[in-house]
Amino acid sequence: MINCSRIKKYGNKFKIILENARVTFISRWSRRAEKSSREKGAAMPKKTIQTFQVEWLQILDEHGNCDETLRPSLSDKEIQKLYEWMVLTRTLDEKAFKLQREGRLGTYASILGQEAAQVGSAFALQPSDWMFPSFREAGASILRGLPPRMILQYWSGDERGSQIPEGQNDFPITIPVGTQIPIAAGAAWAAKLRGDRIAVMTYLGDGATSKGDFHEGLNFAGVFSLPVVFLCQNNQWAISVPLSRQTRSKTLAQKAIAYGFDGIQVDGNDVFAVYKAAKEALEKARAGHGPTLIECLTYRIGDHTTADDASRYRKAEEVEAWRKKDPIDRLKKYMANKGLWNEAYHQQVATAAREKVEAAVKEEEAIPLPDPKDIFRYTFGELPEELKQQMENFLRGDGRPDL
Amino acid sequence: MAKLTMVEAINLALKQEMERDPAVVVLGEDVGKSGGVFRVTQGLFERFGDGRVVDTPLSESAIVGVSIGMAAYGFRPVAEIQFEGFVYGAMEQLISHASRIRTRSRGRYHCPLVVRMPYGGGIRAPEHHSESNEALLVHTPGLKVVAPSTPYEAKGLLVSAVRDPDPVIFMEPKRVYRAIKEEVPEEEYSIPLGQCRIATEGKDVTLIAWGAMLQPTLKAAALMGERGIGSEVIDLRTLSPLDDDTIIESVKKTKRAVIIHEAPRTCGLGAELIARINEKALLYLEAPVERVTGFDTVMPLPKLEQHYLPNAERVVEAIDRVLSF
Ligand SMILES: Cc1ncc(C[n+]2csc(CCOP(=O)(O)OP(=O)(O)O)c2C)c(N)n1
Ligand SMILES: [Mg+2]
Repeated sequence: MINCSRIKKYGNKFKIILENARVTFISRWSRRAEKSSREKGAAMPKKTIQTFQVEWLQILDEHGNCDETLRPSLSDKEIQKLYEWMVLTRTLDEKAFKLQREGRLGTYASILGQEAAQVGSAFALQPSDWMFPSFREAGASILRGLPPRMILQYWSGDERGSQIPEGQNDFPITIPVGTQIPIAAGAAWAAKLRGDRIAVMTYLGDGATSKGDFHEGLNFAGVFSLPVVFLCQNNQWAISVPLSRQTRSKTLAQKAIAYGFDGIQVDGNDVFAVYKAAKEALEKARAGHGPTLIECLTYRIGDHTTADDASRYRKAEEVEAWRKKDPIDRLKKYMANKGLWNEAYHQQVATAAREKVEAAVKEEEAIPLPDPKDIFRYTFGELPEELKQQMENFLRGDGRPDL
Repeated sequence: MAKLTMVEAINLALKQEMERDPAVVVLGEDVGKSGGVFRVTQGLFERFGDGRVVDTPLSESAIVGVSIGMAAYGFRPVAEIQFEGFVYGAMEQLISHASRIRTRSRGRYHCPLVVRMPYGGGIRAPEHHSESNEALLVHTPGLKVVAPSTPYEAKGLLVSAVRDPDPVIFMEPKRVYRAIKEEVPEEEYSIPLGQCRIATEGKDVTLIAWGAMLQPTLKAAALMGERGIGSEVIDLRTLSPLDDDTIIESVKKTKRAVIIHEAPRTCGLGAELIARINEKALLYLEAPVERVTGFDTVMPLPKLEQHYLPNAERVVEAIDRVLSF
């Protein structure tokens, strides 16, 4: 991405000079102009006052070809880390799906196919940055430090899965679509007011771009030049509704232009492109140069959630075509070419991931049911008398309370 | 007569109303091609096409907003909000426009709009998918609010809602969607809005419930029946406007009442019902009216929701209290 802030600065100065000149011109010549226009009619040709462009970024294609001139500087170790996080994410995702089918987990939103968008972006975050997820960010969340056990806990209907560990600056999952967006802008604003050089990243889907919250949040971010990165995973579906029913625009990235900042579309299945775009946007934010919208073009390979059956509304061929663009596969090809990947390494990574996930399942399933008091406990910092009374009556009722 | 679930009964009502009146259109998230996340609109897209069964962009505010505009222009939109917990973004349109365009325009415009939404807990749904927020809507002058309790009721009430000249919020108890089957006539019938139904007659206590709470209430009534206590169960059907007459008459007869709702207690509809009973039948009462409700807390996730939702045992305890007062 180009850093346009300097061009903008001079552009604005120039505009002001022009504006002053225009005012002088009008007052001096208005009489004469009026007269002449009465005689001939004034010439007011239409002119272009604004154009825009949206960049597309791809670094690693589906065959594993890489544009080394664009590749972000990552050590071999870091590239392996990206791979390992993506494998862990997929392993957790597959396990969660199976658990749901076995009746051991509630409704779950799979991220199959979106591993690069999540891992690439979250990998660019610093621990001091803040992160506001939607509901499909298992990959980003575990990379940030959330124990995988808590992902399972949340989706099994246990609120303690939302109790983000101290020190991890993340919000819990957001179910009401798009509502996290203005909140993220607010946290970014607070950081700016405090003078903290951190950035905020918030995740959203293509469907969320239809919500007022999206537009209002981006507008605030633009107006107050907030250090926030909006990371849109355009997986092209919002349950059964295709992207064409969310927007007439060619890209989602261009929506940022209307709010006065840059938007970029990246290949969301290319972990290098996602990482590079996220890193640059986060650095720009931390340096005080305002927000960015990153559209990761990807695809939801799975059903919307375990409660959905996508074969009702989309073609198997479409899914198959996107399976071929698999984000893990292409990184693997690249790494193999570079001598960073072989079967033994993969076995070791896959086994470690499986063990981690199995341990998380065991841990989660061993947790006793939540204390029913938890229904009340967090309503306020201090429970009002009335609510205490409700709780006591409830407890006295031995689970069959009356009030 | 076919035995239908509530999902099928609502589907049938929509289909028949769309056939009857070309002004009826269905719109919302996922209502078209996929037939709705609960399959309530299944088959309508194939039958009536994309012009009348419309998958919209993801925006509750605009779904309701455009429906108001369409209604003012002469259509009869039936908008779907996928879950009640997502209606909040549309509250401004509902409260500031749908409910008052008739008033604001001094009758020049009106808003024959239905907003359907599944509500309530008990199906182990994710966060924000189990709320029971009828009181917010009942508190809004100019909105009618309906909550059917059975498949038969749902069909008849929805027909009336679609034909009503004013905005109607149609709250569908998702817990009942597939839980019970009932004979539902294929032929046209309607159940008038603003009238409640005596589900079972009894002389000892009046139990008032609606939507999903009717089932545990009936169960409690049956348990009391085994002990020789007669419960008069009132199915409220329409939450706004309320049918005071039926309620007051029943309370005057039984002299005792219990109100059951899954919504939080404070400022729940139970409070309004008690106020009316006190205003119109205080001197008939043998005991203070009891409420069995959700707590004044956030609706818990599935692992704790069974503690939150009223059940038959809690209703029985409340009945015992009003009887032994
Ligand atoms: C305000 C709101 N409306 C409706 C829903 C139901 N719902 C859950 S996810 C979803 C689609 C979201 O699509 P998108 O933003 O593209 O995210 P994705 O599911 O593809 O990750 C819908 C309609 C919701 N959770 N919140
Ligand atoms: Mg999507």
